[in-house]
Amino acid sequence: MGGCERDEPGETTLGWPGMGASMRVLLGLAGSQESMRALERTVERAVDAGDDLTIAVMQKEDMKRSSDEIVELAREVTDEYGIDAEVRVLEGEPGPTLVDVAEREGFDELAIGGGTESPMGKIRLGPVTEFVLLNATMSVRLVR
Amino acid sequence: MTGQRSYPEEATAGFPEPPRTFTDREDREIRIEAVDEDALEDIAAMYVAFDPADRAQGIPPAGEERVHDWLDVIFDEGLNVAAYHGDDVAGHATLVPDVPEDDGEMAHELAIFVLQTYQRAGIGRELLETLLGYGATQGVERVWLTVERWNSAAMGLYRDVGFDTCGTESFEVEMSLTLDTE
Repeated sequence: MGGCERDEPGETTLGWPGMGASMRVLLGLAGSQESMRALERTVERAVDAGDDLTIAVMQKEDMKRSSDEIVELAREVTDEYGIDAEVRVLEGEPGPTLVDVAEREGFDELAIGGGTESPMGKIRLGPVTEFVLLNATMSVRLVR
Repeated sequence: MTGQRSYPEEATAGFPEPPRTFTDREDREIRIEAVDEDALEDIAAMYVAFDPADRAQGIPPAGEERVHDWLDVIFDEGLNVAAYHGDDVAGHATLVPDVPEDDGEMAHELAIFVLQTYQRAGIGRELLETLLGYGATQGVERVWLTVERWNSAAMGLYRDVGFDTCGTESFEVEMSLTLDTE
């Protein structure tokens, strides 16, 4: 990491000014395999970083799990890691709705699944990811 | 992948089969062969030398170890052809089985890579056609691929040999082809 500063002798600070402040992170889930992976890793990371995490469960036509099931799973994972994260279900088209909520409510970062892999090993990004990348005004985390 | 992908109704026939030799546009004699694990080391060497700028959708991976892990899977499951210039591998093309999750139909995902120094000489097209010819002899009927939306040269080539566009909803365009296996 660049910009390391040593505040006091013997104490090493990794990172950058203001890094210690927790971030408000909005995680978007749509029930796919990549979402579930993103859930686990984002929660794990939120614990380490002390982030304030909100989980948004999106509604998609081709969802393999119902939004109730995803809410349930999200609660299980946050309980397991012992963090208090708000879980809400959002109506509307996933990409636009996520970006809208993240911007309106001043989130620092928007986290989503980072794509699937084809049989060949090619990374494939879906339309939700594309919309978010091209429209979000905050940092976007693609979880792989 | 799901079984929702559409394939052209009309099957395409007449692709050449390996082995074959041709002269590329730079006057090099290029030989295309069907290959198995025995060729893995030589093909891995090509990918280790590959320009990262030509990487597409995460492949080929970076570094010898990751290249080997990736090729192990491809050679274990897929059908492969390679283009040789003397002993050097100039390019590689593969069909990897796409086992349907639900009750979708069995298909193969296709990819081609040509080493930078051998690009723009017509080798990609020959590799593609020969791989399809090889696939047809092995009973492959449905082939699909993805290509980055801005890669119009590649899309033109795929269209030329019989691929139809079947999905354009994000950064990658999906194309498919039906092979005549008679």
